[in-house]
Amino acid sequence: MVDYQLNHLQELESESIFVLREVAARFERPSLMFSGGKDSIVMLHLARKAFHPCKVPFPLLHVDTGHNFPETIAFRDQLVEKIGAKLVVAKVQDSIDQGKSKEETGVNASRNGLQTVTLLDALEDLKTDAAMGGARRDEEKARAKERFFSHRDEFGQWDPKNQRPELWNLFNSKKAMGEHFRIFPISNWTEMDIWQYILAEKIDIPNLYFSHKRRCVNRDGILLAESPYLNMKENEEVKEYQVRFRTIGDMTCTGASLSDADSLEKIIEEVAATRQTERGGRSDDKRSEAAMEDRKTQGYF
Amino acid sequence: MELLRFTSAGSVDDGKSTLIGRLLYDTKSIFEDQYDQIKEASERKGETTVNLALLTDGLRAEREQGITIDVAYRYFATPKRKFIIADTPGHIQYTRNMVTGASTANLALILVDARHGIIEQTKRHAFIASLLGIPHIAICVNKMDLVEYKEEVFDKIKSDFENFSSKFDKLDIRYIPISALHGDNVVNKSEKMDWYQGSTLLYLLENIHIASDQNRIDCRFPVQYVLRPQSDEYHDFRGYAGRVAGGTFRPGDEVTVLPSGFTTKIKSIESMDGNLAEAFAPMSVTMTIEDDIDISRGDMIVRADNQPQMSQDVDLMVCWMNEQPLNPNGKYTIQHTSRETRCMVKEVKYKVDVNTLHRDLEDRTIGLNDIGRIKIRTMSRLFYDPYKRNRNTGSILIIDELTNETVGAGMIIE
Repeated sequence: MVDYQLNHLQELESESIFVLREVAARFERPSLMFSGGKDSIVMLHLARKAFHPCKVPFPLLHVDTGHNFPETIAFRDQLVEKIGAKLVVAKVQDSIDQGKSKEETGVNASRNGLQTVTLLDALEDLKTDAAMGGARRDEEKARAKERFFSHRDEFGQWDPKNQRPELWNLFNSKKAMGEHFRIFPISNWTEMDIWQYILAEKIDIPNLYFSHKRRCVNRDGILLAESPYLNMKENEEVKEYQVRFRTIGDMTCTGASLSDADSLEKIIEEVAATRQTERGGRSDDKRSEAAMEDRKTQGYF
Repeated sequence: MELLRFTSAGSVDDGKSTLIGRLLYDTKSIFEDQYDQIKEASERKGETTVNLALLTDGLRAEREQGITIDVAYRYFATPKRKFIIADTPGHIQYTRNMVTGASTANLALILVDARHGIIEQTKRHAFIASLLGIPHIAICVNKMDLVEYKEEVFDKIKSDFENFSSKFDKLDIRYIPISALHGDNVVNKSEKMDWYQGSTLLYLLENIHIASDQNRIDCRFPVQYVLRPQSDEYHDFRGYAGRVAGGTFRPGDEVTVLPSGFTTKIKSIESMDGNLAEAFAPMSVTMTIEDDIDISRGDMIVRADNQPQMSQDVDLMVCWMNEQPLNPNGKYTIQHTSRETRCMVKEVKYKVDVNTLHRDLEDRTIGLNDIGRIKIRTMSRLFYDPYKRNRNTGSILIIDELTNETVGAGMIIE
């Protein structure tokens, strides 16, 4: 007798595809947040599966801080061309030039927080009523409380204490004029699930995720890549390390980790053995205990 | 590797956080930086031990007030299974959260303090687990260390619970004596309770049979989205995308499309990786059919010889989730499978006292966290199965038309 039981990746895939189709069916102008990181790459892969043989029925939106790794941008452009998707790039630099945001100063200056202004403007320009993001609940404790369909008021803010209960697979997508939704189709995936799925589905990812030689600065235990955007402290020394990135964000706040993992199999081994969380290398989360919750409340993803 | 979703409900002092912390810790699912963070936070608050509750209480307000406000989702895996825990606060005012966590769970973990035995809260949890159709319940009799690991204590609690739970239909209930604090029978077998021949909690979670938790008999496919590529390659392609809600579909099966009632055959079951030989719950697939029939979102494809009930009048058990009580003559928007329609409340039959399970026929006000039986009339016909038979086709979401908030969760009785 056949055992009618999906494995965990199949079940997660099925759940995410269901969510993506709900979004397409219920909203008029959804967009999919695409950063070029592994989570958004997996989300895009799921979207392709959800709508096959149609093209993905919504544009990709990339909030470009201007401080991305060049490898990420090259990868993004190649992928978009391959699948024939529409890409919209919203630039943080434009928001700064228009006087809407102000560059942070000091050695730990980062454009991470500035993304919120640019993002909310872009969502308004696109008249987006549902913005899909690749955030996962296992990433961070504030994210553990997120809904699949997360309601945002007319200022784009999140009210964590007043969220709509979410039961079964019935999602409430009702909203008033000017409000929108953030949708998290891969809420229930863990870092390990993502890697196992990338391996199982043979999904291409940027080579930053694999072990390579890179010149970095060791700042408070976090290895930051040498780049024109990184403000150096006195006495800081740039050295070459054998590293890979566990997450890909801005060059100024994404820490590299020492690693020899040059294949997906080795990455999975490494992830299984690691004793540090994925975002442990993200200096943007280390600013305070509630750093993520505070940014999310204001409209960050 | 399979996926098991379980919910854990309990109050602050029955050791639920310790138990979950123990499961995460012993399966090496807590990371060093996470542990350091909560250790530091515990010290800052002047606590002497590391407070594992801080792991799940993610919101600033929760940490400040030392309470869990919302359902927290936690993840861990062993080589056998991946687990999703919906961790919910157990106090009566959080019935809403318990119901939310229970709605997708395969198993409910209910903690009983060995010193206190079955209390009202235990009964409430069991009632909610049964109401929400959780197929398996694990009663963990905790703090066995404080009753000298005595078999009589465990046996007494077990028989008390058996007496009480005989009111519920077909529940798979397991009993495990544990000490979350010392780790007895959580991940490792206890050396202090030789009299217990059963499995440890983790072994149960890893091995309990969950393949039958989905309905494998009644074929139901709510159409979610219609795929029409209109490209050269797929010129006449018309695919019906959705998630199988029950039964098994195969190409060639004779099916009826509701509400039109037209009968046709399944031509193919498609995916990006090629065509499939069959599709069963909870797979997300795309179907094509032999005949050119008008089908849209909200329709349901079912086996011609096994059709769901169809009616505009349905009885529900409802759990109320909003400060604003149920309006006994009110109109609400409802969501059921992939359909959205409106309903009118016709009657509140009774309210359930969640502690005694008595039906209250006098006070029929259904307020926040209340559970009651109501009768509704819907604007268009629903195609449904009783919730007990199929959670996917028997569940309803009730939405307030003014505030757009989700105010109630309904389970169809007949």
